[in-house]
Amino acid sequence: MAEAHASPNYWMIWFYLFILTVVEIAVVLSHPPKLLLVIALVSLALAKAAMVAAYFMHLRFEARTLSLIALTPLVLGTLLIFILIPDHSAVPHKTDPGIKPAAVQSH
Amino acid sequence: MSQVASMHSAVEPAESPLTPENWGKLGMWIFLVGDAMGFGTLLAGYGAMRYGSVDWPNPLERLGINLTAFMTFLLICSSVTMVKGLESIRLRDRGKAKMYLALTALGGAGFLGLQVFEWTHLIEGGLKIYANPWGASLFGTTFFIITGFHGLHVTGGVIYLLVMLSIVSKASNALGPGWTYNVVEITGLYWHFVDLVWIMVFTFIYLL
Repeated sequence: MAEAHASPNYWMIWFYLFILTVVEIAVVLSHPPKLLLVIALVSLALAKAAMVAAYFMHLRFEARTLSLIALTPLVLGTLLIFILIPDHSAVPHKTDPGIKPAAVQSH
Repeated sequence: MSQVASMHSAVEPAESPLTPENWGKLGMWIFLVGDAMGFGTLLAGYGAMRYGSVDWPNPLERLGINLTAFMTFLLICSSVTMVKGLESIRLRDRGKAKMYLALTALGGAGFLGLQVFEWTHLIEGGLKIYANPWGASLFGTTFFIITGFHGLHVTGGVIYLLVMLSIVSKASNALGPGWTYNVVEITGLYWHFVDLVWIMVFTFIYLL
């Protein structure tokens, strides 16, 4: 749809992405509680990703179904986080000190 | 009708239902969805390994974010030059289109150069793919595999962009809506996707 829509103001999108990146770093440097940090950073990352997809990849101007197709990896990826819970919640594991570089160099 | 012939001719064998202007765009989207699943799987696996570990090193302390924040900025810039390049093709401005595409490729190459510098620095500091001096060995494994997989995508993207630059440079390829516009738009989809993935990698590997 080369001429079906007016170009969005790409420099504005660039500016928003830049500002959101600065906000991300400010959040990290202010050392909030872990849960708050995770929620803030994941929301900011999703907002940035959505802006890239909607404006730079022109998803906003395409058929709605294409956006739904583009969303499937996000849905499946989120599902995967829950699928993997049994793998890491059973036993906390610690690295065997024997395989650290210092030990590797000694023989 | 061969694929090449159908891409060049005005008559398409059948109209793509979601991207009526060309099939290639739909093809690229399907590829990107699959590729996103690959990155999604790597990141979910990373999360599971990190969450189950009791001696995971602090990424903020060990990796540092000054350089990577700049790399993020560089990719964002190269994304905006990509869309400006596409816009220039639509406006039939070959000079600007070439300049923006070259800047995009340069941004990608700069990103790769900085990644090489970062990796070298970290490897010299003791971070190996099999072990590191600070704790869980999987910290290094996941770091190199995920940033490496992304770096390979950037490498592919730079080559892809250079091919597009040569296509746009040829005076015989007409600008404005049409074949040249379509192939560069598809390249843009790939390039923005690489930027989008980096947004996720930067968040999960470096910031969290």
